[in-house]
Amino acid sequence: MSASSSLRSFGTALRTLLVLTVLLGILYPAAILLVGRAMPAAADGSLVLDHGKVVGSSLIGQDFTGDTWFHPRPSAGKYDALDSGASNLAPTSKDLAKQIEDLRAQVAKTENVSPDKVPADALTASASGLDPDISPEYARLQSARVAAARHLSEETVARLVREHTEEPLLGFIGVPTVNVLELNLALEHAAGSEAQ
Amino acid sequence: MAALIPGILQILLVFAALALCYRPLGDYMARVFTTTSHWRVERAIYRLGGINPDAEQGWRSYLRSLLWFSLVSILLLYLIVRTQSVLPFAGGHTGLTPDQAWNTAVSFVTNTNWQSYSGEAALGVSAQAVGLAVQNFLSAAVGIAVAVALFRGLARTETSQLGNFWVDLVRGSVRILLPLSTVFAVVLLAGGVVQNLADPVTVHTLGGAVQHIPGGTVASQEAIKNLGTNGGGYFNANAAHPFENPSAWTNLLQVFLMLLIPVALTRTFGVMIGSKKHGYAILSAMGILYIASLAGVIASELVNASGALHAAGSALEGKELRFGVIGSDFFAVSTTMTSTGATDAAHSSFTPLGGGLLVLNMVLGEISPGGVGSGMYGMLMIAILSVFIAGLMVGRTPEYLGKKIGPSQMKLASLAILVMPATVLIGTAVAFSLPSVRASLSTSGPHGLTELLYAFVSAANNNGSAFAGLSANTPVLNVMLGLAMLLGRFLPIILVLALASTFAEQRRVPDTAGTLPTHRPLFIGVMAGVALLVSALTFLPALALGPIAEALG
Amino acid sequence: MTTPTTETTSDPLGSTVSTSTTTSAKPSAAATARTSGGAFSPRQMVSSIPAALRKLDPRIMIKTPVMFLVEVGAAFTTVMAIISPSLFAWGIAIWLWLTVIFANLAEAVAEGRGRAQADSLRAARTTTTAARLDAGGHIEIVPATALRRDDRVRVRAGEVIPGDGDVIEGAATVDESAVTGESAPVIRESGGDRCAVTGGTRVLSDTIIVQITSEPGETFLDRMIALVEGATRQKTPNEIALNILLAVLTIIFLLVILNLQPLAIFSGARQSLIVLTALLVCLIPTTIGALLSAIGIAGMDRLVQRGVLARSGRAVEAAGDVSTLLLDKTGTITEGDRKATGLLPVTGVSADDLARAARLSSLADETPEGRSVVTYAEEQFPAQSAIAAPADAEFVPFQAKTRMSAIVLPTGEKIVKGATNEVLAWVEAHDGTVPADARTIADEVSAGGGTALVVATHAPEMPARVLGVIRLSDIVKAGMPERFARLRAMGIRTVMITGDNRLTAQAIAAEAGVDDFLAEATPEDKLALIRREQEGGHLVAMTGDGTNDAPALAQADVGVAMNTGTSAAKEAGNMVDLDSDPTKLIEIVEIGKQLLITRGALTTFSIANDVAKYFAVIPAMFVAAFPGLAALNIMGLHSPESAILSAVIFNALVIIVLIPLALRGVRYRPQAAAKLLGHNLLVFGVGGLIIPFLGIKVIDLILTLIPGLN
Repeated sequence: MSASSSLRSFGTALRTLLVLTVLLGILYPAAILLVGRAMPAAADGSLVLDHGKVVGSSLIGQDFTGDTWFHPRPSAGKYDALDSGASNLAPTSKDLAKQIEDLRAQVAKTENVSPDKVPADALTASASGLDPDISPEYARLQSARVAAARHLSEETVARLVREHTEEPLLGFIGVPTVNVLELNLALEHAAGSEAQ
Repeated sequence: MAALIPGILQILLVFAALALCYRPLGDYMARVFTTTSHWRVERAIYRLGGINPDAEQGWRSYLRSLLWFSLVSILLLYLIVRTQSVLPFAGGHTGLTPDQAWNTAVSFVTNTNWQSYSGEAALGVSAQAVGLAVQNFLSAAVGIAVAVALFRGLARTETSQLGNFWVDLVRGSVRILLPLSTVFAVVLLAGGVVQNLADPVTVHTLGGAVQHIPGGTVASQEAIKNLGTNGGGYFNANAAHPFENPSAWTNLLQVFLMLLIPVALTRTFGVMIGSKKHGYAILSAMGILYIASLAGVIASELVNASGALHAAGSALEGKELRFGVIGSDFFAVSTTMTSTGATDAAHSSFTPLGGGLLVLNMVLGEISPGGVGSGMYGMLMIAILSVFIAGLMVGRTPEYLGKKIGPSQMKLASLAILVMPATVLIGTAVAFSLPSVRASLSTSGPHGLTELLYAFVSAANNNGSAFAGLSANTPVLNVMLGLAMLLGRFLPIILVLALASTFAEQRRVPDTAGTLPTHRPLFIGVMAGVALLVSALTFLPALALGPIAEALG
Repeated sequence: MTTPTTETTSDPLGSTVSTSTTTSAKPSAAATARTSGGAFSPRQMVSSIPAALRKLDPRIMIKTPVMFLVEVGAAFTTVMAIISPSLFAWGIAIWLWLTVIFANLAEAVAEGRGRAQADSLRAARTTTTAARLDAGGHIEIVPATALRRDDRVRVRAGEVIPGDGDVIEGAATVDESAVTGESAPVIRESGGDRCAVTGGTRVLSDTIIVQITSEPGETFLDRMIALVEGATRQKTPNEIALNILLAVLTIIFLLVILNLQPLAIFSGARQSLIVLTALLVCLIPTTIGALLSAIGIAGMDRLVQRGVLARSGRAVEAAGDVSTLLLDKTGTITEGDRKATGLLPVTGVSADDLARAARLSSLADETPEGRSVVTYAEEQFPAQSAIAAPADAEFVPFQAKTRMSAIVLPTGEKIVKGATNEVLAWVEAHDGTVPADARTIADEVSAGGGTALVVATHAPEMPARVLGVIRLSDIVKAGMPERFARLRAMGIRTVMITGDNRLTAQAIAAEAGVDDFLAEATPEDKLALIRREQEGGHLVAMTGDGTNDAPALAQADVGVAMNTGTSAAKEAGNMVDLDSDPTKLIEIVEIGKQLLITRGALTTFSIANDVAKYFAVIPAMFVAAFPGLAALNIMGLHSPESAILSAVIFNALVIIVLIPLALRGVRYRPQAAAKLLGHNLLVFGVGGLIIPFLGIKVIDLILTLIPGLN
């Protein structure tokens, strides 16, 4: 192949790439951005407001510690939203096995239940490290502690858990989940209203 | 086990949706690649690119255009990720190092989307959208173009012309990928996938902590990332990240998107070669392998007899609660079977046998249904190998679709099949011999072996998913894996195009009673068996030392 | 055997040569050759051992890369065994050498069978001198090897023809048994389609002048010898394609082994190089690699046994792919001669009268048709057989000009028999009236595929009258429809070629069960038909013998020339059938298919075997590092060493066990491709998966009896 025909091929390739880059890399995402303006809540990250203040995203898990909060799942990235990721530990890993055993004992102690009552999601880190959900079982497990810490009736807390339990779409798409941030936010408001 | 029924229903729902789209999309794609009329926007692109869209190309010319285009793509992408700090909306990110930039550029141009970087930590909106997402479209379009050139080779007789690369590239992008991506980006957006140009929002949480919530052009990228079986996540956690994959239904939608084009291309193949039943046959062989693997992974994950997962009570380590175990398995099998490489769960934390099956999925050669285009031509290589062995057994010089499989066809097809195992085997052999690479492993023993094996299998197969315990961002691994991706992508393409040409030049041998039927269940079984046998025989020793040793202790 | 034969023929000058000869009592060389290759005996293996050992020369081994690699492995393990001897190391080394030797043995046995044939053919090539005619017609005695193309030689009775050529002067009876194995002498004469003579055959009577048509060393006999010896054997396209596949598989497995050691070291399970070599040999496709060339040689051998010489293996392979078969009607589909199959009187004539006239008119007619009329009349009307022909009847033989024959009885009555138009004209010329149904009957006979002979009589003082019609029919050979049905099942379309008119051709085609026919065919039509079929992607096979068949023979993908044919025809075809049996094509096709099937079946078997070998070797290698892998030892093999050795021994022994199959070929049953595939997959694929499990287990059990091995 001669130098001039190489140059021509290079030119064709480069020009075509640039044109397609404008179409696919600028116009296409810009169009979707425009559509996003029509549904800003979703496009901007499903942010949760509390009294006009952003307290998080309903999609991004946050760490909650202490007896007054429902606790999320363990996170490999400590709920740092700029560092998503998993533990990547193998099931055969001794570290993981120990971690799980320790967690089971710890959760059982915190919730004051027998260790075999602790559900799997309380013991395992999620893939993103930002899992916003826990299982209804884990939420129910925590209800007594939270109710006691917040001086709320267990019924109130149980009701909140029920209200914030999202059932699978059409009954089979997904699993029942409880969004921790929304539940805790509701808890905060409930605590406020009950106190008033 | 109670999760099994809803899980199966989810899988059936996706299959039903695919079945619904199979004919219309397959037929539409066949029309796209056979019509002689051009859209106005396409004419504009041809004019600006200096392309004569009505001239056909022989295989060498077609290949030359393809390679030039890919080379320029790598160069431009390298430039973008190296110099992203000067681009608008860089979000304060600096350019990647040369070895990581090389790895990333090759990765996206080869449709691999192996990510040696962490999305939210390393790249700004401009590099993601203008650099990476563009290659999500174009690398996919290149794959489809090669498959279509092979279809033409099989469909045509006594010609050397395989079509026009530029036309195939542009039509694949403009008429197939762009419209579908637009529709599904909007659907994903509605489901909660973000699309904004904002800097991270700083949040003071109820619990009193500070959290920085990122943004980005995620929805537009997420759609094409799955449709084009690319798989490069906007964020490090990829499709496990709630902003990429917010709910169980978006998870199913993403699985559907990954499978959509590879599956429908079998229809396109059937239409273009004038024998739809051969399209069904290829799809069936793909389906057998896919379903067998899916059943195996789910069984292994639900039984989960081993170690830590048993201790936890469920295989939820490294999985998002909202997808559930089966939803994550479904995604994992689909992503490794399609060369997508997106992950909604940590493959590293799968049960040993489940993880081993994911490796096996990839070493099948990404053919069931494989990457867009690449899966199709990969499976056709297996069909040719199968027809050769089976054809001999019926006493005829083997032929497929009326085209003889002689020495030159055999040479090209078997070399195309050889590329991936050779790349993986040599790559891992060298890597395991290097102390610096061994230091990148998160653990020793079988699991560590699987991590590195997985990396090379993923790269050479242009999959891109990772057994993420490996710290892959080292100069040695960046360079080596980049090479593996490059070889794994372009050597087969060269061989496939040459093969397409030898088919196009042939006459068609008419079918007789002595012709081996290549669309019946028996031959479908042979194809699936050959694919499995070839990869199992090649990788059994490595798998024995990795996942099998891990599983059996 | 001593068979006196009398042959009468005319030489071009018109004089009659009559000879009575006695063929040699010694069985002919070629006849011996064609029977010797039959059954396979263990003795052939033993006698081939020296040849197998000679083939260990690396320069020869390199031609089969798979086995060359095994030889390298054998040499390597031997060195390792010398350096650090152990029963295991020596066991592996010895069995690797045996693997190579067994592979060579397969080829040597196949070649040995060919060589036996070649030797007997060589015996026929004993002539050393030739009587060459120079330009002035003087005779000069030269060595036969000095003969060039276009030299002319004189060959007298008792002499051996010194080279291939055409008779250009004279006629002679020739004993061709040395080449064809057929003991009955044949006539060779100048001009026409029977002028070709083969070097090495013997003139029994008379003197002929032969023009040589081949260069020294390229005679038919030379080629035949080279062919059966496999000396000129070139790899066929399909063999090359298969070799590519085997090479790629070998490369993959080589990489697997090269990759395995670093992985093993990482896993803390470093392997000995002997074990890695053993695993490599087990994995690479040694079974098919060892037997591939033997399969090819044996395929050609089977063809030679059936009296067919193929110019190349490529033609044999092509035969397996044939999808259109052109067959000449006469002599191939039908008996060479037509026979009387009906006597159809016109209205007003009794069948007896017609039978009498037909018989009388044919009594002196010595043509096969004439004899068949007599036979038919006597069978159908036994009363007639008593009537003898009057001694002084006068017989007028058939003449092309009048297109009829006749007998004039002493009473003066003349009975004529002949072509419809001519006889009817004759009747009218002798004051007779042609009955209305005479022509109708004749036409119906034609339409039914027969030939009508009209019989008429003319007594003195009476008007001539038509008696009726004799129907002569082509007799389709027994079993033809079944054979064509079988071909159809194999996917082969048969086309009958005939000079007959359309109606006749159609009727015979229907009776014989061919798929199509070409009527009133000229050689050009034949050529055009072949081209048309080939353009449609079909592979065409045909037989031919005449010079005018040559272009078509050359054009056909498989052109089988009859040995009785002309040099031109033999030169144009890519096979020669020594028996000159046109239906042989069917067998040729089957042999071609069998050849491919054997290759495919053994390839499948070879690859399927790997699964069991993995199950034997992998746990053996790594069970020390990962005790859990013992679960993969599903055969329950005794120890790692015995497991690996058993796999290697099985791998070697399976070659020996399969040699007879490779030489005999996998049985081919004509049936639809899908069924055939299903059957062969079951036997060789599934069988190939299961058998090594059993074999390795049995060998392991035997090995445990050996003390000192672990």
